Amino acid sequence: MEKEKWLFNISPKNNTFNLNLKEVWQYRDLLMLFVKRDVITLYKQTILGPLWYLIQPLFTSLIFTLVFNNVAGIKTGGIPPFLFNLAGITTWNYFKECLVATSDTFKKNEQIFGKVYFPRIIMPMSIIISNLLKFAIQLFILICFYLYYVFFTNSGIRPSEFLFLFPVLIVFMGMLGLGLGMLISSMVTKYRDLTFLVSFGIQLLMYISLVVIPLSLFQKKGVEWLVMYNPMGYIIETARFLLLNEGNISQFGIAYTVIFSVLCLLFGTVIFNKTEKTFIDTI
Amino acid sequence: MMKQQDVILKVENVSKQYRLGVVGTGTISHDLNRFLAKVTGKEDPYLKIGESNDRSTKGTSEYVWALKDINFEVKRGEILGIIGKNGAGKSTLLKILSKVTGPTTGCIKYNGRIASLLEVGTGFHPEMTGRENIFLNGAILGMTKKEISHKLDEIIEFSGCERYIDTPVKRYSSGMKVRLAFAVAAFLEPDILVVDEVLAVGDAKFQKKAIGKMQDISSQAGRTVLFVSHDMAAVQSLCTQGVLLENGEIIFRGTSQDTVHFYLNAERKKASQNLLERTDRRGSGEVRFSKVEMLNEFGNSVSEVISGAYIKFRLHLVFYKTINMKDLIFGLVIYDMNEVKIGDFYSDEMGIKFDKIKGYVDLEFPQLLLRGGKYSIVVVVQTNIFKVQQIDLVNGVFNFKVFPGDYWKSGKINRATNIALIFGKYINSKEPL
Repeated sequence: MEKEKWLFNISPKNNTFNLNLKEVWQYRDLLMLFVKRDVITLYKQTILGPLWYLIQPLFTSLIFTLVFNNVAGIKTGGIPPFLFNLAGITTWNYFKECLVATSDTFKKNEQIFGKVYFPRIIMPMSIIISNLLKFAIQLFILICFYLYYVFFTNSGIRPSEFLFLFPVLIVFMGMLGLGLGMLISSMVTKYRDLTFLVSFGIQLLMYISLVVIPLSLFQKKGVEWLVMYNPMGYIIETARFLLLNEGNISQFGIAYTVIFSVLCLLFGTVIFNKTEKTFIDTI
Repeated sequence: MMKQQDVILKVENVSKQYRLGVVGTGTISHDLNRFLAKVTGKEDPYLKIGESNDRSTKGTSEYVWALKDINFEVKRGEILGIIGKNGAGKSTLLKILSKVTGPTTGCIKYNGRIASLLEVGTGFHPEMTGRENIFLNGAILGMTKKEISHKLDEIIEFSGCERYIDTPVKRYSSGMKVRLAFAVAAFLEPDILVVDEVLAVGDAKFQKKAIGKMQDISSQAGRTVLFVSHDMAAVQSLCTQGVLLENGEIIFRGTSQDTVHFYLNAERKKASQNLLERTDRRGSGEVRFSKVEMLNEFGNSVSEVISGAYIKFRLHLVFYKTINMKDLIFGLVIYDMNEVKIGDFYSDEMGIKFDKIKGYVDLEFPQLLLRGGKYSIVVVVQTNIFKVQQIDLVNGVFNFKVFPGDYWKSGKINRATNIALIFGKYINSKEPL
């Protein structure tokens, strides 16, 4: 044949680093519609509606305060333990929700993925974004308590002067959750064992992510190695530093977290893209 | 501008391999072997061992080719019908075309947007209203929000769900859901539309509307449609070109008329084979049909009858195991030449149990009330001890022709348009073996 020009091509192997961002951009409306769907349908036919997102962190913080701070006697520096725990849990929850929801992407959407094509990455991306809304609700309650402690008690807490960096921290946390989630969801298509690992692993991970126990305590007991390589530990500690001006952040920690998150997202995306082509045959 | 007749889709050497059995056992070792081969620059060790995908015969390999070396081209504005028996690879081909799964080898090149109607209603969220779902479904199929808003009124009108459009979809009847979903897809305006048997749903009026819309899409807008169906009549009337798949390979390519004829002839040819030699049968195989005959009132074997005449189908059997006759259920199903089921006759339904079988079973039609036309039959024998279990099932075992007759003795020959009243009865033979 003479000159052949084809706009599109379906072939067995795609370039590992061909992430096809152009295509993702074309489907941006779908991304927003998925987010809208998640938001609209979240509270359908519930009585308390969005209140559920307030109840969960509040009660968890309350129990943690009673158990870890009152009974076990963990010191939280100059910060009221309740606020300390609430800040940690609010931040942690966003990561947890992102990771748990995205790690289920292929399995949960098997039906729709088996019928029609769109860039699969739209799905986990929409989860990360719609979870931001939940996060915002929880952040709001955190701020309420924060203001209460600032104005009605003389605890002397104040935010760090670097508070404006908080959104950046959220972005890296989202990247970490998305990257890990995509990595796991790709592997779940073949090895279902991982679903079990995620559901209980995430609980264990919380305890070594400095959500309830501050870094200073780990250092004092000489078991710093437990949290040293956990990027989430640094993120929670940094979040608390920005919000409450408490705790210590190291340059190593920040650099490590940034590099880890970026690599995780890149690696996760590549594996996810590789999997999306044939997962329907193995799932 | 491009010419009307240029090639819009080109499929080159596309093959698809599947692994049989339970996925998960030995996956890691196979993955490691693949990886080793890749690292050392060898060929994938599992690519060679696949077999053609004939499902009725047991193969030796765990890997089969669901599609093998598929090559074809589709021109702009063509409606290509893809036909073949169940398991011929039609759905796999469509899945690859709609990018749901990738091919194992080969590639597909195309110009424009491919959209699939693999199953309508995918991605409907029951809690959202019809209007919200139109947007969501449209976006899933690849439309932008702007495009959808632009066509929203047309879509709602075509679906006929105007009154319910702001009600959650969970309150819709299933027919309404299908109509709404088809309406979204119909206004998608892709360059290549892939349709898989969606027309099986919905009422006759809507089916007609849907087929009409598909014809419009191709003739007026010059778009290409790939249509997969078992309905030979629909393929013949709707499609311009046809492809016939068998066991994952293209065995015929031509106009839709020729393709349908080739397919039906091939099926007919099989019917003239010795029945015991046929491998495309299903069931456990303790008993097998060895021959099917049609006998007229004088007991002569015939293949042509006049409408309303006495006939008897004789199903010859070979036993490979001793089986309690009382447990056997025989069935005979009559199809017309477009593979539309005309009627079925099961012995259990008639309350007939066989005491002794002399190597054959008779099914008698005192009057064969079929109008003129060509028919084919499927025979099946089952047991129903704890649950229905197939022992032997063979398609297209016998073809016969019915000439129009004067059944009502009115002096007028009946019209020859398949279908009529049918009455038939099994005979429980009491004669000794």
